[in-house]
Amino acid sequence: MAQFSLPQNSKVGEGQTHKAAPGAKRVKAFKVYRWNPDDGQNPVMDTFEIDLDKCGPMVLDAIIKIKNEIDSSLTFRRSCREGICGSCAMNIDGTNTLACLKPIAEIEGDVRIHPLPHMPVVKDLVPDLSMPYAQLRSIEPWLQAETPPPPDAERLQSREERAELDGLWECILCFCCSTACPSYWWNGDRYLGPAVLLQAYRWIADSRDEATGKRLDALEDPFKLYRCHTIMNCTQTCPKSLNPAQAIGRIRQLMLERLG
Amino acid sequence: MNAEDKNLSIKIRRSQLGRARGLGSAKSGIGQWWVQRMTAVALVPLSLYFVVSVILLLGADQARMAAYMAEPWNAALFLALIAMLFYHLALGVQVILEDYVPSEATRLMLMLVAKGVILFLALISAASVLKLAFS
Repeated sequence: MAQFSLPQNSKVGEGQTHKAAPGAKRVKAFKVYRWNPDDGQNPVMDTFEIDLDKCGPMVLDAIIKIKNEIDSSLTFRRSCREGICGSCAMNIDGTNTLACLKPIAEIEGDVRIHPLPHMPVVKDLVPDLSMPYAQLRSIEPWLQAETPPPPDAERLQSREERAELDGLWECILCFCCSTACPSYWWNGDRYLGPAVLLQAYRWIADSRDEATGKRLDALEDPFKLYRCHTIMNCTQTCPKSLNPAQAIGRIRQLMLERLG
Repeated sequence: MNAEDKNLSIKIRRSQLGRARGLGSAKSGIGQWWVQRMTAVALVPLSLYFVVSVILLLGADQARMAAYMAEPWNAALFLALIAMLFYHLALGVQVILEDYVPSEATRLMLMLVAKGVILFLALISAASVLKLAFS
């Protein structure tokens, strides 16, 4: 059956508390998930008290400050710090989002930070995303056309055809949506998940692509596509305000359309 | 190698892409998905009709029940309700089992039991309607 409680070695305990410097006025507590694969211990929640007067406005600023000034062993991914690389996707205050786009001021009370849910953890806030990456490869996310491009020009699209890709090309593959989806939690080995299905639709919707039928064939499967039960967590959590649920709906619509 | 190290050893040596592709596409799914939606839509008027029938037949005796069901269009609507309801139920239960039971063997067994029970309930309901209709 689906697991509704964490396995013994994943039960989360209380960790260390790092107090703010005396005299700090605007103190905010950050409770951060810590797990080290090397020490054989269960994960814990460490508490770091941060003086907001000496910290940037975003959650990412706070965890970089923690790594720089309090505990250099805190492990997380980050790169662009402006919401375009998708590296710092994590569960903040109960919602999957990008740490760099999440203002600390939006969070009431303590800031609780976990890695993306239901993925194997590599260390601390770093999830193992090799399965969703492989699922992305499986849908062949590149332009497929037999007609060669014009020798002296790019493959052209009308403005309307290009507009079909709006709301799809903006996806940065942070996998906030897939890891927020209960269907992906229970059947992540077979269900492709909202992020990958949105990418699949991005190529299905592309007027320059000539492999639409083949792409639909590859998705026509009770598990790969139809595990979506329009729970809508994907759309609600997307830090780029995209709508993967709608993309999945469009794929189903096309499946029906080609039946006649 | 102690027991803990053994747990960490790699059991699946297929590539990640091999795992992601799995057994490939089953080449079906839209049919069931569509029928589940369509039976749901059909159940809206049929359920309303059922509620109205129950209200009309409040306190009715056997003879009045039989007379009601002897009207061909009442019997037909009840049979339609039974077909749509139990088909929808079977598809819904199938989706729940596919979601929550990862073991193929357990799922197959539960699916057979569930669908058997649902089919039996559907047949017994249909037989009751026919019995009243032809009594």
